Amino acid sequence: MNTHQASFVRASMIEASPAPLLESGVAYWLRKNLFATPKDTALTIISLLVLAWLIPPAIQWLFIDAAWSGGGRGVCATVAQGGSQPDGWSGACWAFVNAKFSQFIFGRYPPDERWRPALVGVIFVLILVPMLIPKVPYKGLNAFLLLVVLPILAIILLPGGWLGLTYVETPLWGGLMVTLVLSFVGIAVSLPLGVLLALGRRSTMPVIKMLCTIFIEIVRGIPLITVLFMASVMLPLFLPQGVTFDKFLRALIGVSLFASAYMAEVVRGGLQAIPKGQYEGADSLGLGYWQKMNLIILPQALKLVIPGIVNTFIGLFKDTSLVSIIGMFDLLGIVRLNFSDTNWASAVTPVSGLIFAGFIFWLFCFGMSRYSGFMERVLDTSQQR
Amino acid sequence: MARRILTALVGAAVMGIGAPAASAATLDDVKAKGFVQCGVNTGLAGFSAPDASGNWAGFDVDYCKAIAAAVFGDGSKVKYTPTSAKERFPALQSGEVDVLARNTTWSINRDTALGFNFRTVNYYDGQGFMVRKGLNVKSALELSGAAVCVQTGTTTELNLADYFKSNNLQYNPVVFEKLDEVNAAYDAGRCDVYTTDQSGLYSLRLTLSKPDDHMILPEIISKEPLGPAVRQGDDQWFDIVSWVHYALVQAEEFGITQANVEEMKKSTNPDVQRFLGVEADSKIGTDLGLTNEWAVNIIKAVGNYGEVFDRNIGAGSPLKIERGLNALWNKGGIQYAPPVR
Repeated sequence: MNTHQASFVRASMIEASPAPLLESGVAYWLRKNLFATPKDTALTIISLLVLAWLIPPAIQWLFIDAAWSGGGRGVCATVAQGGSQPDGWSGACWAFVNAKFSQFIFGRYPPDERWRPALVGVIFVLILVPMLIPKVPYKGLNAFLLLVVLPILAIILLPGGWLGLTYVETPLWGGLMVTLVLSFVGIAVSLPLGVLLALGRRSTMPVIKMLCTIFIEIVRGIPLITVLFMASVMLPLFLPQGVTFDKFLRALIGVSLFASAYMAEVVRGGLQAIPKGQYEGADSLGLGYWQKMNLIILPQALKLVIPGIVNTFIGLFKDTSLVSIIGMFDLLGIVRLNFSDTNWASAVTPVSGLIFAGFIFWLFCFGMSRYSGFMERVLDTSQQR
Repeated sequence: MARRILTALVGAAVMGIGAPAASAATLDDVKAKGFVQCGVNTGLAGFSAPDASGNWAGFDVDYCKAIAAAVFGDGSKVKYTPTSAKERFPALQSGEVDVLARNTTWSINRDTALGFNFRTVNYYDGQGFMVRKGLNVKSALELSGAAVCVQTGTTTELNLADYFKSNNLQYNPVVFEKLDEVNAAYDAGRCDVYTTDQSGLYSLRLTLSKPDDHMILPEIISKEPLGPAVRQGDDQWFDIVSWVHYALVQAEEFGITQANVEEMKKSTNPDVQRFLGVEADSKIGTDLGLTNEWAVNIIKAVGNYGEVFDRNIGAGSPLKIERGLNALWNKGGIQYAPPVR
């Protein structure tokens, strides 16, 4: 067999030559994404100018000129204001946040007892993290720990008053701790209750349907601030003299019921999006009502409305700030309360405190939002192409 | 709009069903539960604000402590209920708090229709205006057409309306729920004029970016006698709350301080002996429903009126408010206590 030996035929493949300079690398990316057309170019330049105009002063104010430590308003006030900074100075007052940090987290919870909410927080994280990772097994046990054991532990540890723990009444609670307790309870109660209400509203049983509809429409028709205000101010007027029940508990109930009504409508949206064939298919298999809902309808419906559910959670998380209207101090409330401390009163204290509170709220909300995006991708089994 | 309806609802509730809630013997209730439930502000510089470790501190808070000291001999037996301007009256009315020490102006409406009792004024305040110097305004009468920052739900808001109406001036109110919002809005230039009680103007001065660019106009447009309020229908408790204030003022007049109170018990002055309950067969404290040590306990807990004033809002605090009308009657002010005998 004579192999082809023509000398003008290459024996090996030619090396791929690099792409033309303008079709690869940084230059290509820039040209494609930022300067593709004259309009794109103009937009890019304007955006860069805006950023150049905004970012350096922000960094200057937030970090370089900021007062990082100190024991009083002097470090955050100019000479004209009675402080030590030069005239015309303006920068963030992180010394204020630093000095008040533990108050922002625990409120007026007695310092000696703060290990209790801290411990509950650590356990919460330890239980929550495996719950959130789909690959970790034993989800049932995990849910049991999160929804039954953790609340019991929290009820024992946070107020105390037994097992040798000193009693810490709820008016002393505050800060991030109150925000998290309110949101956790609100979320944990509103999802199951919301699902039940949504099913009830679509039920064929007239009484249940009517009750659920009335509840949802009344609660959705009232602003949360009114619910809290009524619970805090009006309720004691109707109760007999001397009968009070805890303001925090009232706020918890108010927030949970409120969130449930919203959740019910979100879930109902999902239920309505499921084609009738799914219901009929389940019926033709001979499944009962609860089997049909649990096995066929709800898994599809809830998956569809994850963005709506998380939206409600995020709204609820931020709505917890409204409890400051009834004299309870959540994270935002305690930050603002501390503006009235004359030892820290200065022109930049309020802005710094609000930026801090905003950052913490953003961290939590952004976390929830990213996680919901992740779950949508994990559960997106039917739509994948 | 929702806010107005709310106010109306709460008002109706207070008028209609609140009145019978007043119980006869607050002192017995307080002794039984072991603490005084005291309504304070949700945050007013110098009057009730959190200190470094988050405990309530301030001028009004010291009154709560003084009442607790008079009843229990221990100034720490207080629980605080922070109340907003609108929440405070239903809270007192419903019995949620025993006494409201919350920079509340004594007015006839509050004394009668709302069903409260005032007798003592622990701080004489008055409403003033602050403006930017750039406006070139020398008197409040030149403020026609100005945008005025004011806190809603307060007598300040009502006085403002009355003043401008009676002088035929136009103005645009810019209202906020909380004092720190009003401060921030004024500092940011959202309004030309800031109005609140003078004590508030002092605390605003601490938070302005350029304090030298602002001036306080000479007009004082209202009388704002601030004092502790209790429910009507319990004269004994009313007496105790009133005499706590008188004891503080009297102690300053006698020169009795937190530091020298034990020493003063040995004083030979019969007035001082009677006041401190060391006189033989003294019945002054027991007639109040307290012990004869009541005045000593108050002074040990918070000091005399002058000390309370200086520590929280006066020379010893960042606010540095002048005593002015709040000096003793024999030092040019109008703080005056009836004789203890």
